[in-house]
Amino acid sequence: MSAATMTVPPVGTTGGDEGRIGLRANLRHIGALVRRNLVQIKHDPETLFDAVLMPVIFILLFVYVFGGAIAGKGNQHAYVQYLVPGMMAMMGMNIAMAVGSGVNEDFRKGVMDRFRTMPIARSSVLIAKIVVELGRMLLAIAILLGMGFLLGLEIHGSLLEFATAIALSAVFGAALMWIFILLGLSVKTPQAVQGMAMLVLMPLQFGSSIFAPTQQMPGWLEAFTKVNPLSNLADAARALLNGQGAVAHPALITLGWAVAITAITMPLAVRKFRTKT
Amino acid sequence: MTRQTITTKGGNAVEVRGLVKHFGEVKAVDGVDLNVREGTVLGVLGPNGAGKTTLVRCLSTLLVPDAGHAVVAGCDVVRQPRALRRRIGLTGQYASVDEKLSGWENLYMIGRLLDLSRKDARSRADGMLERFSLTEAAKRPAGKYSGGMRRRLDLAASMIGQPAVLYLDEPTTGLDPRTRNEVWAEVRHMVREGATVLLTTQYMEEAEQLADELAVIDRGQMIAEGRVEELKAKVGGRTLQVRPADPTELDRMVGAVAQAGLDGISGATADHEEGVVNVPIVSDEQLTTVVGVLGARGFALAGISTHLPSLDEVFLAITGQKTSGATAPETGSALHDEEYAGVSA
Repeated sequence: MSAATMTVPPVGTTGGDEGRIGLRANLRHIGALVRRNLVQIKHDPETLFDAVLMPVIFILLFVYVFGGAIAGKGNQHAYVQYLVPGMMAMMGMNIAMAVGSGVNEDFRKGVMDRFRTMPIARSSVLIAKIVVELGRMLLAIAILLGMGFLLGLEIHGSLLEFATAIALSAVFGAALMWIFILLGLSVKTPQAVQGMAMLVLMPLQFGSSIFAPTQQMPGWLEAFTKVNPLSNLADAARALLNGQGAVAHPALITLGWAVAITAITMPLAVRKFRTKT
Repeated sequence: MTRQTITTKGGNAVEVRGLVKHFGEVKAVDGVDLNVREGTVLGVLGPNGAGKTTLVRCLSTLLVPDAGHAVVAGCDVVRQPRALRRRIGLTGQYASVDEKLSGWENLYMIGRLLDLSRKDARSRADGMLERFSLTEAAKRPAGKYSGGMRRRLDLAASMIGQPAVLYLDEPTTGLDPRTRNEVWAEVRHMVREGATVLLTTQYMEEAEQLADELAVIDRGQMIAEGRVEELKAKVGGRTLQVRPADPTELDRMVGAVAQAGLDGISGATADHEEGVVNVPIVSDEQLTTVVGVLGARGFALAGISTHLPSLDEVFLAITGQKTSGATAPETGSALHDEEYAGVSA
């Protein structure tokens, strides 16, 4: 081993990398990884509890515990109409949180080493996670709406407006996922991801128009709700579902947040993912 | 899919020159040169924190080295990582399979990620489970497997793409002897099929069982290399331990072995703490001769055993020093943390 020169020349003489991955192969890899996440859910159905049970529990609690106080006794029906669109906004956020713990878990378990030594685009692992989480998000929204209809929810907007409200929630949820992916890549354990996420989640969730109108809040909090993307998303969804009120302003603020969050956290998360050892 | 071949037949499947990887102050890999000839097994022997895992992670594109270069299966590890990933398989100390997926689903997924058709991925998964005796456990989640089964599944996963070069990072650490033997048998099987293997281990016995050549590393640097027989000759092969029924006879026994003037046997010593006589031997014939001599002189023996040199003894013989793991635990553990940062952090 004293020879300082390589006897075996590299395959490509110009340093080119023959292993570039085409679009079709990339889609196939993402498909295989989506399947992986779905099979995980099949083996461990409890991981769907947050998507299935949370909307049910939250809607029942809020309608019957706070509904009377907010909309007046016996007037819970009116509160359902107020609450459900707001909770659509919340679902995206709560479900998005799970992606952080999932990514963290993969790195801790060493399965990520396997993926990263395979001839696949590293991003396909993240994209597959996001696709599956979006699916869970839509499931949670569907269950929420189903519960809402049982409790007397009525849709006053057009089908297009209805779809727009759901799409807006999903787009914002997807943007939030990058924050949680970044978090999942930065902290040591999935529990830490949850803890940190809760710190961000609670003020955004309750300091908003999701559960109660903001006019009765103190001035500083009302000011906060005006910029809180969850508040804006709730307002936009409410206007779209109920067919009244301004849509454009809150929708634009929500989209603005989604774009800003993605633009900042996605490159950071992708870089962290590439360089994490 | 046939096994991928390397451009130059009979050449080196792995060539590493001056490889360096530091983590801050810690010189995990500090200028390593090594070659693995195609179709052979190189054992990289070293204590915890010697830099073995960092070396493997550099060679499998998980870490980018700070300096030096390495060509594996004809691909530069830094400039052609994607091409390289088609040609390597990695089985780490920590089973890198998805614990929530069943054994079959793990293998099928990997087949699909390696661009096999659905049909091929299915039959390859079935075949691998069969070969690694996991067919019965095929449908159970990998998280419920025993340590040995999981390691076998990990090996199967690494073999799906029929890699030209296989890295085994301490493949038997933490396994019981029976499972360890199963893993060894699998490794031999892979080598027979033509794989080139770079194996890291802390055990001289494992290196002796599997490796054609050895590289001994410590604190990120290579301290010895060569064919296993050469290093064994340097270290002194096995040690025969004879335990007399009466511990006061130790010195007389040493004298008797020396007086007999046996061919090629010298350096018998008495270990009063353990109550045994240690005799370095290189063959079974020598074992028989020594025991025969002692029996003929009328010593009552209570026990006989042979043992291979431990890693500590190998280091002692090569460098005249104990392993860094034993003398400088602080450095060792700091390095350890760095090495497994990918798993723990």
